[in-house]
Amino acid sequence: MVKKVLKALTGAECVAEAMRQINPDVVAAYPITPQTPIMHAFSQFVADGKVDTEFVTVESEHSAMSATVGASAAGSRAMTATSSNGLALMWEVVHIAASTRLPIVMNVVNRALSGPINIHCDHSDSMGCRDAGWIQLYSETGEEAYHNTIMAVRIAEHPDVLLPVMVCQDGFITSHSVETSEILDDETVKNFIGEHNGHHPLLKTENPVTVGPLDLFDYYFEHKRQQLDAMERAKPIIQSIFDEFGAIVGRKIEFFEPYMLDDAEEAVICLSSSCGTLRHVVDELRKQGRKVGLLKVRVFRPFDQNKLAEMIRHIPVVGVMDRSASFGAFGGPVFMEVRNAIADESQKPLTVNYIYGLGGREFTVEQAKQVFDELRQVRESGNPGIKVRTLGVRE
Amino acid sequence: MVTENHDKKGWKEIPIGGIIEEAGNAERYKTGTWRSFRPVHHPEKCTNCMICWVNCPDTAIKAGDVNSPDKGLVGKNDDPNLANFGGFDYEHCKGCGICAAVCPTKAIDMHPETEFLDKEGEE
Repeated sequence: MVKKVLKALTGAECVAEAMRQINPDVVAAYPITPQTPIMHAFSQFVADGKVDTEFVTVESEHSAMSATVGASAAGSRAMTATSSNGLALMWEVVHIAASTRLPIVMNVVNRALSGPINIHCDHSDSMGCRDAGWIQLYSETGEEAYHNTIMAVRIAEHPDVLLPVMVCQDGFITSHSVETSEILDDETVKNFIGEHNGHHPLLKTENPVTVGPLDLFDYYFEHKRQQLDAMERAKPIIQSIFDEFGAIVGRKIEFFEPYMLDDAEEAVICLSSSCGTLRHVVDELRKQGRKVGLLKVRVFRPFDQNKLAEMIRHIPVVGVMDRSASFGAFGGPVFMEVRNAIADESQKPLTVNYIYGLGGREFTVEQAKQVFDELRQVRESGNPGIKVRTLGVRE
Repeated sequence: MVTENHDKKGWKEIPIGGIIEEAGNAERYKTGTWRSFRPVHHPEKCTNCMICWVNCPDTAIKAGDVNSPDKGLVGKNDDPNLANFGGFDYEHCKGCGICAAVCPTKAIDMHPETEFLDKEGEE
């Protein structure tokens, strides 16, 4: 019998709650704002004996990811969490975790990368490692971060996937804000994630294997080809796990979550907490008779280009929100994916990219309205004008 | 690097993640192809002290018995309880030259592999 309790929790506490219920064998972490409250809360669970986890307090994020990789290769269920420069310091090991096919789950509380030094939210940290081979789930709320963290364990450990999963939520906006979140009972979560036996665990001494050997021109490429395949194969598996978990929590969980898209003349594509602001503005504009909509990206890696194209090809104008910049590129990371997904469609929207919210710059209702107004101008004129725009920056 | 890949397994046939599922398989990796200098043994200077055998990082010095055709000819080489120099394992010797460097009697020297090629450039 599934029991659900409403609790007032921050996004960070939601994730710590998920981790308590997952009860990982090993957690290795180093504090960094705004991730710290996750490990603060989780280490309290360790101290109180509420989990069986071996909690490794390391001297840097490079070591945090390295210890997590070692623990996962040994066959244990291993987790960590980080933000911003901490993720940057993990960099080389982040790639090793993916290429060694270790089902690690890492919470990333999105924070701007230095410099200049800044502790507030943007997506430059996780977007920076979008090519590292990790599955990336983005969370609008603390409750979604809770759901994503639990589902991430199942996705990562699926024998046909075996890829690490990054669960992202917005620094401070989500991680430090208290909302009511529906928390499942421990038994339901335990049953949902199941047992973890590891893929060729190092500690299974009767079957010794070598992990991380030299892999030169003769086989490296074949291993990369396997990673490409795993991401592709993960798509239906992720959706089936979403469906299974969605039935428990009573929600429809999808790669791309549409809101008022069917008859939309202008729509916005966005990830994480800003979707809340945009949904509010969609409601307001709908009351005025404007046909506007929103598409929330929940899974950024693997990016399901076919599904996205199917969902937006009928919309005349689409604005794509990017909370990170790709300097020198034609637009931000989300924009590039969206443009790429619709490139071969015979009927496709005009697209405009908005770089917004960098370094925690507030994303306001007024900005969201400005976006929809500009998109309307684009639709009426048939001319996208400047395709990559910045939003909320002083001239 | 141009390699003939047709004799190797495809991506669907190999273990994921670069894992090697079989222990002790390094023997099958013929690192001898990396060699550009070849160690050459001079039995008339060799005392069978086996210091080369101790120092070889690739266990490419073979230990022979009293009947080893490659054994050193200096000093005692007829004790069945002691090993004698048993030749090189050229399939695994990378040509690092450590054996030549540590040999106290200069019984090993290194020669460029080009000296061992025939006119067609084959070994």
